[in-house]
Amino acid sequence: MKRNSTFSTFNIVNTLFMILIVLFTLYPFVYLVAQSFSSEAAIYAGKVTIFPVEFTTKTYEVILSKPDFFGYYWNTVVYSVIGTFIAVAATAVMSYPLSKDKLRLNKFFIPFVLFTMYFGGGLIPNYILIAKTLEMRDTIWAIVIPGAISAFNVILMKTFFAGLPYELEEAGRVDGLGVFGIFTRIILPLSKPILVTIMLFVMVGIWNNWFGPSLYLQSKEKWPVALYLKQIIDNAVSPTEIGATSDQTSQIAASIKSTAMVLTSLPIICIYPFVQKYFVQGMMIGAVKG
Amino acid sequence: MTAQAQVKAVDTTPLWRHVKKEWKLYSFLVIPVIYFIIFKYAPMIGNIIAFRKYRGGPNIFGSEWVGFTYFEMFMKDPTFWRAFFNDLTLSVSYLVVKFPVTLIFALLLNELRNIKWKKFVQTVSYLPHFISMVIVAGMVKEIVSLNGPINSVLASLGVDKISFISLPEWFPAIYVTSGVWQSLGWGTILYLAAMTGINTSLYEAAKIDGASRLRLAMHVTIPGILPTVMVLLILDIGSILGSNFEKILLLYNPLTYETADVISTYVYRMGITGGNFSYATAVGLFEGIIGLILVTTANAVSKRTTKSGLW
Repeated sequence: MKRNSTFSTFNIVNTLFMILIVLFTLYPFVYLVAQSFSSEAAIYAGKVTIFPVEFTTKTYEVILSKPDFFGYYWNTVVYSVIGTFIAVAATAVMSYPLSKDKLRLNKFFIPFVLFTMYFGGGLIPNYILIAKTLEMRDTIWAIVIPGAISAFNVILMKTFFAGLPYELEEAGRVDGLGVFGIFTRIILPLSKPILVTIMLFVMVGIWNNWFGPSLYLQSKEKWPVALYLKQIIDNAVSPTEIGATSDQTSQIAASIKSTAMVLTSLPIICIYPFVQKYFVQGMMIGAVKG
Repeated sequence: MTAQAQVKAVDTTPLWRHVKKEWKLYSFLVIPVIYFIIFKYAPMIGNIIAFRKYRGGPNIFGSEWVGFTYFEMFMKDPTFWRAFFNDLTLSVSYLVVKFPVTLIFALLLNELRNIKWKKFVQTVSYLPHFISMVIVAGMVKEIVSLNGPINSVLASLGVDKISFISLPEWFPAIYVTSGVWQSLGWGTILYLAAMTGINTSLYEAAKIDGASRLRLAMHVTIPGILPTVMVLLILDIGSILGSNFEKILLLYNPLTYETADVISTYVYRMGITGGNFSYATAVGLFEGIIGLILVTTANAVSKRTTKSGLW
């Protein structure tokens, strides 16, 4: 069958198309890295397109020698770790009973969760609740609690739990495990793909969150790095504030933005290939059965 | 099949006895349900300030009723209507571009026979989904800036430099292109999942009948993923008001409000920045209800025509 040979016209065109997609996707990253290693003069002259021009690491030295950036970074790490733990634990605890067909009240609870996917309180009522009624302003709780459980994640995890073989739970019960024991010692260890998937979704969400912090965190020292980055991009933070000496300031106004962007996205880009296979697995299982 | 159906006999024990028997499992739900009531349902009730003169402060119940005053106000507000039509324009143009492109990309990915190459393309194409909106917006601004690569190419072609980010007529193009860049790979994930669920014997049968690759895609793959396509389309239609709030907030500026200001950014400026809480809530509530009506309608239409829907 000639049609199925590897070198058919279709395969060649398709491969070329895929190469184009890969280039289209990666180009902004390449440009950003090139700009961060280029001199300001070259950037302003519009010479930077793919490779760094007049290679320099000055902006990296300036940012990395200033402890502030690490302070914001550390805040992000703290918010991400605590927030992810709360979110994954709460999502798992909620999804497990919802995955059980024998629970008759699920006929009420599942629509109760689903409805929040299609209608929400809106920006202003949420803001009033968190900032004024619950007085969570300027605390870590305003960042990690309001988004902890999402209906989408619950549905994904519930579908995964429902697909686990019932016989395993039965075996656990025979061995004398209670409901809680079955959950922690049988269900959770079997659910690594979905737990990692949700963990990644939540962690990336908190890592990238700047809007919530901009609403609720007044003290600058509590800011996550994403919010600080926004200020740099908006030019609200001058190069001198980042710690550049006066002769450096004129050199780094544009490349400082790229450098800060590279440094902020670096952890995600580094972890991403390793967790990728889990979330693809997790999404697929959760979605096909759902 | 029938044997399984018989096993699922209707549980006829009284409800209280059922709850008593399964209380351990139900107890898992206590904290999450309280969470949902406080953080998901209370803000829905909080929308009543759209009908009250709320002046700030922790108590949303301590102010007088004003009925539909705020709704009448925004109906007469030209800025609201501008935001409304921008919201429609941006969402619909994004949907019209993104939907077929993602579907075609998924079909083509499915045709790749080299597994390693396929995995590589997928890994790369998912990546933008995980990048902070702050960085996406920052990248976009750098790339379209006066000394960015697009203007460099224009300059080498002898075209004058264009300040894309401050020209209203360019905003929809920037919005749609960057949206496709961000979501193209991620959008394929559910289609690919659905494709792996298609019975392989259907392909074999069609091949024996002499079907070409195009015909296999048209008559086996596409019908096989149709339910997934419909579900995603319904969800997209439901959010047709509600263009990406964060991205617009990061990308727009007063120069481009004319085409870039949408309902959610208008609500943000009115409510959070301007302190007109009740007015902004009324606008936001309107957006939410339209979204709910759209999802419900799209779902009903889909169920009637293709027999697949969200619920």
